[in-house]
Amino acid sequence: MTQEPILTARGLVKRYGRVTALDNADFDLYPGEILAVIGDNGAGKSSLIKAISGAAVPDEGEIRLEGQPVAFKSPMEAREAGIETVYQNLALSPALSIADNMFLGREIRKPGFLGEWLRMLDRPAMEKRARDKLTELGLMTIQNISQAVETLSGGQRQGVAVARAAAFGSKMVIMDEPTAALGVKESRRVLELILDVKKRGLPIVLISHNMPHVFEVADRVHIHRLGRRLCVIDPKQYTMSDAVAFMTGAKLPPEAALAA
Amino acid sequence: MAQAQEFEKVLSSSDTSVAAFDEHKSAVKRIQHFLHSTPAAVPLIVLVLAIIIFGITIGGRFFSSYTLTLILQQIAIVGILGAAQTLVILTAGIDLSIGVIMVISAVIMGNCAVSYGMPAVLAVAIGLAAGAACGLLNGVLVAYMKLPPFIVTLGTWNIVMATNFIYSANETIRDTDVDTQAPLLHLFALSFKVGTAVLTLGVIATVVLVLILWYVLNHTAWGRHVYAVGDDQEAAKLSGIQTKKVLMTVYTLAGLIAAFAAWVSIGRNGSISPSAAVTDYNLQAITATVIGGISLFGGRGSILGTLFGAMIVGVVSMGLNMLGADPQWKVLLTGVLIIGAVAIDQWIRKVSA
Repeated sequence: MTQEPILTARGLVKRYGRVTALDNADFDLYPGEILAVIGDNGAGKSSLIKAISGAAVPDEGEIRLEGQPVAFKSPMEAREAGIETVYQNLALSPALSIADNMFLGREIRKPGFLGEWLRMLDRPAMEKRARDKLTELGLMTIQNISQAVETLSGGQRQGVAVARAAAFGSKMVIMDEPTAALGVKESRRVLELILDVKKRGLPIVLISHNMPHVFEVADRVHIHRLGRRLCVIDPKQYTMSDAVAFMTGAKLPPEAALAA
Repeated sequence: MAQAQEFEKVLSSSDTSVAAFDEHKSAVKRIQHFLHSTPAAVPLIVLVLAIIIFGITIGGRFFSSYTLTLILQQIAIVGILGAAQTLVILTAGIDLSIGVIMVISAVIMGNCAVSYGMPAVLAVAIGLAAGAACGLLNGVLVAYMKLPPFIVTLGTWNIVMATNFIYSANETIRDTDVDTQAPLLHLFALSFKVGTAVLTLGVIATVVLVLILWYVLNHTAWGRHVYAVGDDQEAAKLSGIQTKKVLMTVYTLAGLIAAFAAWVSIGRNGSISPSAAVTDYNLQAITATVIGGISLFGGRGSILGTLFGAMIVGVVSMGLNMLGADPQWKVLLTGVLIIGAVAIDQWIRKVSA
């Protein structure tokens, strides 16, 4: 890689009581790539992602976004810096409409007196932007932008969450198990969505247990083991069973991958 | 399209009509969907039915504008307290202390104006501030100490009630004293006639307050956040809402509104009594909220429903009074309405997909 990474993390340590979830973990994300993060349960994937997305503050270590050191204390700060996260539980409010959900926490207000003094929301503007975004990502099978999220199917909900991240993420998007709860057909749509987002130039961090999905869309695969980055492999040069062997410690990774 | 995997190749020949909806929905399903998107419809329908039924059985006497506006006067205070309760219940909480917050605010307003001889405007301001302070205490305990709202407000109910009795020495401030020294406290008793209809300023204040809150809840970011917090607090937090701040402001605002109800109640009752029937007000406000279709699980319902809910209780009790029925029938019917409202809420929730 000759490019500068968009986000780097060095020597992250996170302890929960006597458990060390992150043990000197490193992380690199390059512009325009899909980086998959895989690892056994308890390897520290979630802790790593939480540290990057601001959901947890690492005890030690340094995170740099475009070369500048950053220290997020909340998901809000990471979002403001341009890092969007699609959580496994999607973080949608079921009773609110699609448009309300997409703009939750960063609503658009009407211009002038209505917005300034009466704090009135600009529903038409929010609904238009939400509709544009969903259409752009080919999700307009949803007919009514003001329908409640709880009336949508699982795949459609995932679509709304991804669209929200893609609409606001300016630096990178993190997706936590985006296909875990979906059927075959819906998973396929979400994978297409991920590639669509990548095409638009946003790098993506994909956390998944689904090896076929990982090997299909990822440009590089970050293998996490025992709280640290074990190696980074090119999915075209290794097989899924290699990856599983590295991840579970059945096989030692090659020297070249260790240096990456 | 992404490179499909072997087993997914067959997908290309699968049914592509992704989101086809069954156009021939049954009438019941369509009603369910309508009620889902219009939560205030149920209480409105019940209200209209109640008025029609009592109108038919009692006759013209009930339909007179005098009777109907009298009902409004009777429900003004419960309506205001219900509005405060609605805010809290929308966040999936409950505020058992708003009744006593109202009483202590009334006592403070009265004492400041009558016993200490402060200007009435200042007395009202201090009373409102006291109510907001009680609400703030609830808010801090719920949002930052993360205690269950039921327990917190059960505790503050007792604390505030005891404080009220200790502070006031259980002395009632007489109507005439208020009238001569601080007529401002009786502001909301001001009434005017339109034909035979008698409207008090208190009734108008109730309706205006509910309309303002409706606007805030539906057309401002804060209002949407109140719904989101009640719906799924964890999700709201992850999508960037400062849930603690929202909870704090909701409880504080509920306290402030309860103090406002105190001001209106001084107008209606005339005198200020520290031993006003707190439990009644408390339960009536919760009843109005529940009958109004606000879900006790949070995040659902319209505040307009609460106003309709309060009116339903008012119409039913007035109607039964005029029929000369045993007052217990009113209590019985209220119970039926509460259970019915919750049952309908559960049914509407099953609307999804």
